[in-house]
Amino acid sequence: MTRPVLEVSGISKGFPGVQALDDVAFRLLPGEIHALMGENGAGKSTLIKVLTGVHEADAGTVVVGGAKASIKGPLHAQRLGISTVYQEVNLCPNLSVAENIFIGREPRRFGRIDWKAVRRRSAELLARLDLDLDVTAQLGSHSLAVQQLVAIVRAVDLEAKVLILDEPTSSLDRGEVARLFTVMRRLREDGVAILFVSHFLEQIYEVCDRVTVLRGGRLVGEYPIGELSRFELVAKMTGQELAALEELDEESPEAVRGERLFALEGVGRTGAIAPVDLDLYAGEVVGLAGLLGSGRSELARLVFGADAADSGRVRCGDELVSLRTPRAAIERGVAFCPEDRKGDGLVMDLTVEENIILALQAARGWTRPLGQKRRQELVGEYIRALRIHPPHPHTPVKNLSGGNQQKVLLARWLITRPKLLILDEPTRGIDIGAKTEIQRLVVSLAGEGMGVVFISAELEEVLRISHKVEVLRDRRLVTELANDGTLTPERILQTIANGAADR
Amino acid sequence: MNRAAALTRHTLFWPVTVWVVLLLANVAFTPGFLSLRIREGHLYGSLIDILLFGAPLILVALGMTVVIATGGIDLSVGATVAISGALACHLIAGGHGLIVALPVAIGASLLLGLWNGLLVTRLGIQPIIATLILMVAGRGIAQLITGGQIITVDSDAYKMIGGGYWLGLPFSILLVAAALAVTLLLTRRTALGLLLEAVGGNAEASRLVGIRSSGLIVLAYMFCGLCAGIAGLMISSNTLSADGNQAGLWIELDAILAVVLGGTALTGGRFALSGTVVGALIIQTLDTTIYTAGIPPRMTLVFSAAVVTVVCLLQSPAFRAKVRRRPPAAPVPSAAEQEATA
Repeated sequence: MTRPVLEVSGISKGFPGVQALDDVAFRLLPGEIHALMGENGAGKSTLIKVLTGVHEADAGTVVVGGAKASIKGPLHAQRLGISTVYQEVNLCPNLSVAENIFIGREPRRFGRIDWKAVRRRSAELLARLDLDLDVTAQLGSHSLAVQQLVAIVRAVDLEAKVLILDEPTSSLDRGEVARLFTVMRRLREDGVAILFVSHFLEQIYEVCDRVTVLRGGRLVGEYPIGELSRFELVAKMTGQELAALEELDEESPEAVRGERLFALEGVGRTGAIAPVDLDLYAGEVVGLAGLLGSGRSELARLVFGADAADSGRVRCGDELVSLRTPRAAIERGVAFCPEDRKGDGLVMDLTVEENIILALQAARGWTRPLGQKRRQELVGEYIRALRIHPPHPHTPVKNLSGGNQQKVLLARWLITRPKLLILDEPTRGIDIGAKTEIQRLVVSLAGEGMGVVFISAELEEVLRISHKVEVLRDRRLVTELANDGTLTPERILQTIANGAADR
Repeated sequence: MNRAAALTRHTLFWPVTVWVVLLLANVAFTPGFLSLRIREGHLYGSLIDILLFGAPLILVALGMTVVIATGGIDLSVGATVAISGALACHLIAGGHGLIVALPVAIGASLLLGLWNGLLVTRLGIQPIIATLILMVAGRGIAQLITGGQIITVDSDAYKMIGGGYWLGLPFSILLVAAALAVTLLLTRRTALGLLLEAVGGNAEASRLVGIRSSGLIVLAYMFCGLCAGIAGLMISSNTLSADGNQAGLWIELDAILAVVLGGTALTGGRFALSGTVVGALIIQTLDTTIYTAGIPPRMTLVFSAAVVTVVCLLQSPAFRAKVRRRPPAAPVPSAAEQEATA
């Protein structure tokens, strides 16, 4: 067996309050494309950051090319032959392609930069990968895909033995991905070891040789890709060892389907999600299931108008309505708790009370402030009902735990009495107690006639509270499964893994 | 946490402390510094002078606070001061009454604010650049109005705004007090303050709760223009002249400084109007101190800079933590932060 070009073992890395990596081992052989898989928070990014010297591991050894190494920083990693291309290209878009390839190490002649050589050698390097570009054009004038390829060319010319590609395909279209894969295969023939991170299963199976799976900071295993079915891979990533799945709650929730609230007809957005047909009813909980990047959040954002759809239309009753801005959606009774609580949801400097009344106040307009007494009543009521802790309305919301922040966000929308409540990962990263409280709340809200769209990466949770499950995959709604009591996480996984067959 | 600790955390604690220290320093140099006396029915004294000379700065800084709360900044207030004064004097010198001159000057200031607001919201230009345009162009406009000369006027009614007395107090102090009261009412008795703080604190979250942030931001710049316009009237009325070149020169920097000294962060969000007033008073008192303490003119800038540095350091949580003997425990990251690092 060939000697690994990069081998790490026993790697641990902790941050205050969380163990990001726990005794992880990983090896990369020359001339292979190796997938690193895992759900959000599995430790992929941390592992990559350890390999590139951004983070220093608390424990463990790194062996590069047979010699033990301690990687001190990104530059040091590069000198050891480890180059990284990130999702966001970190080159200079205002410089030319050739300048970007040689920046910081320009060939010199008589002490001055030899621009001729820069251009000639850039063209040669690109030609080796079958890329025919105008090397004098500004990098920013090329598509993101080409920019990514230029970043790869630059990385490889730094004598890279190991090339780390961190989600390079997330913003590329099909043709561009194919081009990237051609380049990756060519590099593999040259003996470069490539570590490939992607959320698209399809792509992993298309281009990779082996796969390492992480979950919750621990190593799950390393497998030749041919010996692992998609279904097994998804199960390993999500940790839903099927036999060990806990028993579901006593009964699946009764469907008390009310009137139809909204009918989406071919609603989609280029690059985010393919056109979707979906009916949303009062009193019904619709679960959106799919891996990260499958388009579940994107669909939710379209319904709320957080992003404007560029195709399709929405009916409310028989009337065509516009949900193209949050304001328009709010006026129609839609509410949305975004996935990124901190970035898109709460105003961290404001108090619990201010955050809770914000949506209602925005709807009333600035001239009609909620009176002191009314504020206290409303906020007090929801602090009690949702058991927000600490129960002080004037605490800055940044001092609350994740679960309580989520409850504040929920309270903000509940006081507006919405018809349709969209929850994107409302229980992620919060403790089990708050989690069950939120689940129970959702079920009872639906029981009172509210329509709910519920997004979660945890399938048991989706099953526990949803009446029907929409399965998404590769930015496409694949199928709808009724939660009739016979639906199992296993079947949803199967659908996620084999979605292409159902299409 | 004990009471003293809670007190030192109050936004107003350090600005007020510094101001009081400055006043006490003045008493040390001039024993009768704080005394007030009545002469010809008017109240006189160093404190009154500080308020009187500081009135335009307080006004401009009030407007600046609101703009900074939205996460913006307005560099053009000095130019607006010049334009407003120039317009008023030009019209009065041309034989028009105050009834024409004042509304035109105020209306022009509002228009200038509207221009800034539209550049920031509609065209998405960064506030510092958007208002830089008017900062430079505005001086030119003011000089066009005055014809490059200093216009002088002779109008007792106009003199009232910046140099007159009413109920024994300088009229401009009353005007500033009224402006502060109205601003406090508008921001704290309506929902305007909350919505401004939400927009400045997290623009995306504000969009997602349905706040019309563009409208609010335009309103903030118009308010800032209005304040600068009134300040311009005060300054030109006090000397009964309009100088397109010198009026309000560098007042934007003092105003921004006043806002920061008062405890409002330049990043936007939470704002403290009363803090801003104290900040402006610190700056004005500093000016006075330099004269009473007999600090040589060549030292004045260095001296002001030193005091400003001290106030900024006192306000900085990082600095206060360093000064304390025991370094505080590292903040425990919230769940979201942990996710981000995982």
